[in-house]
Amino acid sequence: MFAMIIPAFIVGGAICVIGQLLMDLTKPAFTPAHVLVSFVTGGAILGALGLYEPLVKLGGAGATIPLSGFGYNLAKGAMDAVGKRGILGAFSGGVEASAVGIAAAVFFGYLMSVTFNPKG
Amino acid sequence: MGNQTVVFDNPPVILSSYSVVGPKEGQGPLGKTFSKVWNDQLNGEKSWEVAESKMLQEAMQGAIDQAGIPKDQIDVMLAGDLLNQLISTNFAARQIALPLIGIYGACSTMALSMAVGSMLIDGGFAENVLVGVSSHHDTAERQFRAPTEQGTQRPMSAQWTVTGAGSVLLGRTGAGPRITSATIGRVIDFEQKDANNMGSAMAPAVADTLVNHFHDLQRKPAEYDMVVSGDLGAVGLALAGEVLKQSGIDMGTKFTDCGVMIFDASQDVHAGASGCGCSSVVFAGEIMQKIKMGELKRVLLVGSGALHSPTSALQGESIPGIGHAVVIEA
Amino acid sequence: MAKQRLRQPTVSVTPEQYKSLAQQYTPKPTIIKNVVRAFVVGGLICAIGQVITNLFAAVGLARVEASAAATAMMIFLGALLTGLGVYDEIGKFGGAGSIVPVTGFANSIVAPAMEFKREGYILGVGSKLFTIAGPVLVYGIATSIVIGIVYSFLH
Repeated sequence: MFAMIIPAFIVGGAICVIGQLLMDLTKPAFTPAHVLVSFVTGGAILGALGLYEPLVKLGGAGATIPLSGFGYNLAKGAMDAVGKRGILGAFSGGVEASAVGIAAAVFFGYLMSVTFNPKG
Repeated sequence: MGNQTVVFDNPPVILSSYSVVGPKEGQGPLGKTFSKVWNDQLNGEKSWEVAESKMLQEAMQGAIDQAGIPKDQIDVMLAGDLLNQLISTNFAARQIALPLIGIYGACSTMALSMAVGSMLIDGGFAENVLVGVSSHHDTAERQFRAPTEQGTQRPMSAQWTVTGAGSVLLGRTGAGPRITSATIGRVIDFEQKDANNMGSAMAPAVADTLVNHFHDLQRKPAEYDMVVSGDLGAVGLALAGEVLKQSGIDMGTKFTDCGVMIFDASQDVHAGASGCGCSSVVFAGEIMQKIKMGELKRVLLVGSGALHSPTSALQGESIPGIGHAVVIEA
Repeated sequence: MAKQRLRQPTVSVTPEQYKSLAQQYTPKPTIIKNVVRAFVVGGLICAIGQVITNLFAAVGLARVEASAAATAMMIFLGALLTGLGVYDEIGKFGGAGSIVPVTGFANSIVAPAMEFKREGYILGVGSKLFTIAGPVLVYGIATSIVIGIVYSFLH
């Protein structure tokens, strides 16, 4: 039950520190939107190069919960699917592998937006 | 007179002033000087935009009632806010139902409207002019920056948009402080780009307006009891002071800023306040009170505006600034 | 870009001089403090994610499945906390520590959507859900497709 918690904390924290440094050192160019996009793209590229996999093994949720993990999942899904379906897999694999996350984001996002009002 | 300044032959009188603010402003150090403090940002309206327009309407109606002048003797209203197409102003004007001139000068709108109103009166085009200016923290945040519930860190140079509406009624005759001269500013752009540091974008414009004001009238800062900018915030105020010093003008200790006055350090606003509601409520509240009590005899109000839009910011344009000054004498 | 030529009198500071002046007067972000906070908050969020993953694994889900379920759960929590008006406070403290995890992604979906509810359910909520999520999905999915295509040519 409590396995991997410390590694997850350290790896996850370290990934977030990279994001913080990107924002603080490049102000005002880098907004949270830029951070999220670059982490997804960066995670996908690192995943494709096989550099993100060890991080997932090492940090567990520490590597999959940050948005770079989402990118890694997309890339991994695309590459796995290419093996099975050829070039069509490049188009189906990424979204398939991250379908749960995308659908959850849309569904819960909508649900909460409709339920609550902003406090200001 | 001079390049940018007009001196009024028959200085218009400020017949009344009224201010309405949100809860955070009410808790600030100037809380007691405002005519009315709302308990929350919505005040029972269905959106922040409607609330802002109601707030402006309340402030303008308050100023009319306080002056005791029948509405049909008011020739025109000059009003402005921060939102696209001046919706708060236009919707408030729908209820006030006076001839309207909408004015956009970003945070400088209060000083600019007072200057233009004085010109109309001194020029003989109007007997009484109603001025009203508002801004709302939440409407401005979502238009200019991020949604309010987004978890972002505001940098230390950021300013907090004030929720507030201030209004004054100007007249040709009557009792009260007078607007004796006005300096209309130029747009100055020293290529600052950070919308979270507007003070630094506006400081050169304020400095330029002050340089011209003192030059045109052959005056020195010491001839004023208070020189107050609205709203440079702490960062911009320090910068404007430094720029003026390097230009050979020592502002002394009477140079302050509405955005610095309205909140105190414990309110987590970082560099101070902004938004055209800020200088309008600080002027209609605190400053008018002090003038009336005789504590201030001659005040120079320099409204400062950051003339950018979310679009221009996204396209990488720098933030042009402007400063308009009016002199109020007891 | 601006290249203004101003009639005298004006301030005797050039835009170039002003730039360094402005930098000098602008408070620096407190980088060390921000980094420590980002590390702690980001680490904690991921640790919670790990606990949830472990819970799902304990009830018999495979590793990949448990991880996906935990991601969905974290999205739910991030969205809920945003709705309750708590997440922006976490964000103010944690900076990137609360932006980078998938909970921050959920926050970036709910915050604009909730605020634009007054503009209607289709063009308000429906479109604003994707203010930030849109670019993230566009670049994420496009990258994965390019990677997939390159990968298919290499094999």
